[in-house]
Amino acid sequence: MAGSQWELPPELCCRPMAFVALTGLDVVYNAVHRAIWDAFCANRRADRVPISFKVLPGDHEYPKCRTKRTSYEWYIPKGILKTSWMNKHLNLVPALVVLFYELDWDDPQWKEKQSECATKVEIVRTSLQGRNTKVAVVLIQKKTPLPPGEDLVASERASALCNACDLSGKSLFVLPHTDHLVGYIIRLENAFYEHAQTYYYTEIRRVKSHKEFLNKTTHQLLFVRHQFKIAFFIWISSTNAWLLSYFVFVFVFFLFRYYKTAYSLVHELRAHETNMLEIKTMAGFINYKICRLCFQHNTPLDAIAQFRKHIDLCKKKIGSAELAFEHAAWMSKQFQSFGELFDEAIKLGLTAIQTQNPGFYYQQAACYSQDRKQLAQQLWQAGVSYPSPDPLDTQSTGLDFYGQRPWRQGHQSIDPPDAEKEKTGILALQIKEKDVPHSELIIALLSNAVAQFKKYKCPRMKSHLMVQMGEEYYHAKDYTKAVKLLDYVMCDYRTERWWALLSAILSTALRCAYLMASVKDYIIYCMELQGRASTLKEEQKSRIEKNLMKVLLNEIPDPEPECDPSSVAAARLLWSDRMALVGSNEFTIEVQDYIPFIQCKAKFQSPSFHVDQPIQLQVLLKADCPHPVPFSKLAISLSNQEYNQWCVLESTGQDSMILSPGKTKCYNFNFVAKTEDVGKKIEVRGVFLMLGSDRGRCVFLSWRGAGGDAASTHEALQASRSSWRWVRGLEANQEPHWDSVSMQHSTMIISRVPKISVELNHQPPALCNEMYCLRLTVQSQEEGVAKDVRLTAGLKPGQDANLSQTTHVTLDGSVVCDDTAAALLPDIPLGDLKPGEKLEKCVYVKCVSTGLRVLLFHVAYSISTTVEGQHIICKCHKDETVAIETVVPFEVSVKFVSTKFEPLDRVAVDIPFLLMTDILSSSPWPLLLASSSLQLLTMTSNTKQPQSQLEQTVLQTGESASECFCLRCPPLTNSNNTVPTGQYLVSWRRQLSCSDAPLIHTTVTLPHVILESVPLYIYADLPSFGRVRESLPVRYHIENRTALVQEVEMAVEPSDAFMFSGLKQVRVRILPGSEQQMLYNYYPLMAGYQTLPQLSINLPRCSTTNAHSLRRFLPQRIFVKPQGRQLDDASIAAA
Amino acid sequence: MAVCIAVIAKENYPLYIRSVPTQNELKFHYTVHTSLDVVEEKISAVGKALGDQRELYLGLLYPTEDYKVYGYVTNSKVKFVIVVDSSNTSLRDNEIRSMFRKLHNSFTDVMCNPFHNPGDPIQSKAFDGIVSGMMVQTG
Repeated sequence: MAGSQWELPPELCCRPMAFVALTGLDVVYNAVHRAIWDAFCANRRADRVPISFKVLPGDHEYPKCRTKRTSYEWYIPKGILKTSWMNKHLNLVPALVVLFYELDWDDPQWKEKQSECATKVEIVRTSLQGRNTKVAVVLIQKKTPLPPGEDLVASERASALCNACDLSGKSLFVLPHTDHLVGYIIRLENAFYEHAQTYYYTEIRRVKSHKEFLNKTTHQLLFVRHQFKIAFFIWISSTNAWLLSYFVFVFVFFLFRYYKTAYSLVHELRAHETNMLEIKTMAGFINYKICRLCFQHNTPLDAIAQFRKHIDLCKKKIGSAELAFEHAAWMSKQFQSFGELFDEAIKLGLTAIQTQNPGFYYQQAACYSQDRKQLAQQLWQAGVSYPSPDPLDTQSTGLDFYGQRPWRQGHQSIDPPDAEKEKTGILALQIKEKDVPHSELIIALLSNAVAQFKKYKCPRMKSHLMVQMGEEYYHAKDYTKAVKLLDYVMCDYRTERWWALLSAILSTALRCAYLMASVKDYIIYCMELQGRASTLKEEQKSRIEKNLMKVLLNEIPDPEPECDPSSVAAARLLWSDRMALVGSNEFTIEVQDYIPFIQCKAKFQSPSFHVDQPIQLQVLLKADCPHPVPFSKLAISLSNQEYNQWCVLESTGQDSMILSPGKTKCYNFNFVAKTEDVGKKIEVRGVFLMLGSDRGRCVFLSWRGAGGDAASTHEALQASRSSWRWVRGLEANQEPHWDSVSMQHSTMIISRVPKISVELNHQPPALCNEMYCLRLTVQSQEEGVAKDVRLTAGLKPGQDANLSQTTHVTLDGSVVCDDTAAALLPDIPLGDLKPGEKLEKCVYVKCVSTGLRVLLFHVAYSISTTVEGQHIICKCHKDETVAIETVVPFEVSVKFVSTKFEPLDRVAVDIPFLLMTDILSSSPWPLLLASSSLQLLTMTSNTKQPQSQLEQTVLQTGESASECFCLRCPPLTNSNNTVPTGQYLVSWRRQLSCSDAPLIHTTVTLPHVILESVPLYIYADLPSFGRVRESLPVRYHIENRTALVQEVEMAVEPSDAFMFSGLKQVRVRILPGSEQQMLYNYYPLMAGYQTLPQLSINLPRCSTTNAHSLRRFLPQRIFVKPQGRQLDDASIAAA
Repeated sequence: MAVCIAVIAKENYPLYIRSVPTQNELKFHYTVHTSLDVVEEKISAVGKALGDQRELYLGLLYPTEDYKVYGYVTNSKVKFVIVVDSSNTSLRDNEIRSMFRKLHNSFTDVMCNPFHNPGDPIQSKAFDGIVSGMMVQTG
């Protein structure tokens, strides 16, 4: 009862609906009636009017109406609201009674039926004596009625029936039992609803009318009661929003009228606790209604404000101190129901926020429930028995008024009427309170809150509530669940480093583990509570450590303080059972995720070890607990299991295996790596520390990797930031400062340091296509014989992929290698190398393209050596890389010129021209050009196959070598305009390289030429120079290269520098393919470069060729030497 | 006046917590810790909107039945939390602000100490004094 006492009555929580009673329906045996009833009941969606229907027999007895009071003058109300009132108006007193009667307008026995109906109406009326309930009649008819006004019989008989039954016309309905039953029913119920509304309005007016009789001193309760009733009726009869404001009004009215009085009474009379519960109960009801309305009307802020006001007003109304737990329970219920309302509103679409969500209300509810539990626990008195007769017994009729005491119902005075009864009543309540499952209530509320906070992104709040839940489970003695919850959140507090909270949670968990005798959990919690993250006091840590030692010896630990004595006794039994169990006394605890009381750091002394050095591994241990800890074994698991045997420390003597509090202990391990492991990593997979012994219990603390725990990362970071701590650590002692020791969880085994020298001799840069020579010198400085020396030479892998296609490495430098040679030559055996011996090797590299290349020379050998008394064969190697730039040795340029050395853009067919090549050296080293040659395609050489003009020429940097070839293009059958010329071949090598170096043949493709054909070719035969006043014969040859006869007009224009003889102007015809010669004798008059007399040629038949284009074949000028003199004449002149 | 003052590191672990009724210290630890939910949410909400033009004072984080919790975040994401008794209605927003400012100044002084390693718990006497001045004096 005590739990449900605080529940809100269901009548309050449901949506009130108008109550309409249906009589005259036989729903069991009459199918038609059944169908009508179903149509009323089924499918009541929100769009249908809010009516609750009930089928009642025609002679049903409705609640009796009390005789109306005519005066309130001597009336003293007994309470605020009767417990039966809401139910009465929702379910017992109908607003409208509807009588169903089967009667057709043309019924043959109309008269009899009419009077029977009237009798039935009368019976209903009688049973409603004194109520304002309306009565209506529905005639169930088989025929479809005619439209109103057309059926005269019907209207006449209807009015007769109305008269007989004393009904208004509006209260008589016809229900034709046809196809459209549901439609008729909906119309009917709308009409019923109107009638019901009228009824409730009348009721409101009736209640209001009482008000004027009331008197403010004695009738305070009635004010509230009437306002509540009015509001309730309004809610039944309407769905309008103004209802809300009405409820708010009632609330304000209620509080201000009533609380003010209550306050003043409390202050004046010092005690008026008798009706505190009643006031709070009603306040809670009304508040609930208001908040619900606010949420429904989507004004959540109003709801919250209202609730706050309510709580602020009621918070301090504790009432009687003996029953303070009732106040806490009531407060809890207030918060809970508000939270539920809020949550419901959210489900219907309201959005809540992080700082305002239902979780806070559930949390507060839980908080008050916790208060309630505490208050209830304080009441504990042994040996008090439940009073008899039961003061709470109300003869199974329940309470008359909400919130009153069963032993003094209806009593409204300030002092309790019977002090003795009051005492036993309170005692009974207190005893009942003991049986309430408080923890269950609290846990349910907390888990509601957790769900809400999870939704609104409050992980820390969630954790906090889960801690509370765990603690509550602990109080409820459900230790398994408690540990599960606490374990879950511990991790969060650990990662966020809230040590005080973590220690508190761990302490609770430790108690649980003790009471459950869960050995492993007990050990884990003990370990962490002694650790450096624990904020416990030293003596507590010391007590815990002693307990842990007991557990390790397989003894029963001392109980934790603050444990319930009866539970401790049970726990002792459990522990002794555990002790008796053979086996299962070995535990492995992964401490990585905790902060245990022993810290561990493992480090390799170096990130890499040469294979001929012993590997050094150091394990540092530190205990944070208050007393020394003995341990029996330390083992390390490495990635290569074979080394594990070297890294074990087992107790032989007792002294060496004790960790002193706060001191760092170092353990060093040395072992020799296997030669197969060269190039591999050795990792620490885990460190194991065994506590206890085989005789008692043994616990393996296991660190994954090289140690460290949940807090050490942060500590290492802090240590690295701090500079002065390091200084302090230095001056204090040689012991390393724990935080500044960093872990080194892996080491690399690398090959032995080679004791050989590798040198490279070469002359950079390399020239394109040449066989570039690199001379490698290897000298041994080993003390023993270096066996099986091998060289890998070539392009270093991992460079541009194109480079490996354009680089070729060979050992044979006498011939130019081809494209099949590889870019990297692996494992060239070089034999053995005795101490001090030297070895040379030439490697040739041919680079086809320019650019930078990195070449690798890798010399590997094996040698046997001794480490720590073990013979091992080590492989050593030395790498040498060199970057080589490749450049183009020379540039070749080519140009075509005419026989007059004028540049040609096109070449005339069958007329000789010159090809000039130019080789410009860009090599930094002198180049030897061995030979060059032309390979002509279309052209023919004008001279016989020429010898190279560059043979054995040496070019220094920037120098160039030119050649000139006279070529002629034979007439072509096809009319191709451009023709290929051919190729130019140059054979060369470096001048300084050894004489047997091969020649490199470089081929340059010559450019194409554009051809043109000339119709007329003219050339002149003339001496290379003339002499003043000496005859200079010039013969012009004119060739007709067309297939037509050409007519040529020629004229020699006069010149100042020459006199001439010959035809001054002539007109000749030249046959196809033949040639005409013209001879002139020129007689130079002046010395020096002189312009020859111009020959103007005109082709009247061939207009495309003009004189100008022909003139380019002719020489323009000639050098004329002065007239010769006698030698003696010259000397006379000089004198 | 405050009943609890806390300084929380960027990584959300406590650098300093002091509360007045020392017997219920744990409860204040929980209150401060849970208030970080709201602080985190507020920082991330502001971070998106305004970048670094952030108001350091976060205002009332959330009211509980008994206490009001106020928050303040420095530019280096160190959080200050002040818990005030709900019944103490005389404290205005401005006074809370000035308390935070005072706290921030004193915190800056602590950070300027070359012997203080940022990230370590605050053990400065001067800071302690400032905090004591802001706390409710218990008889």
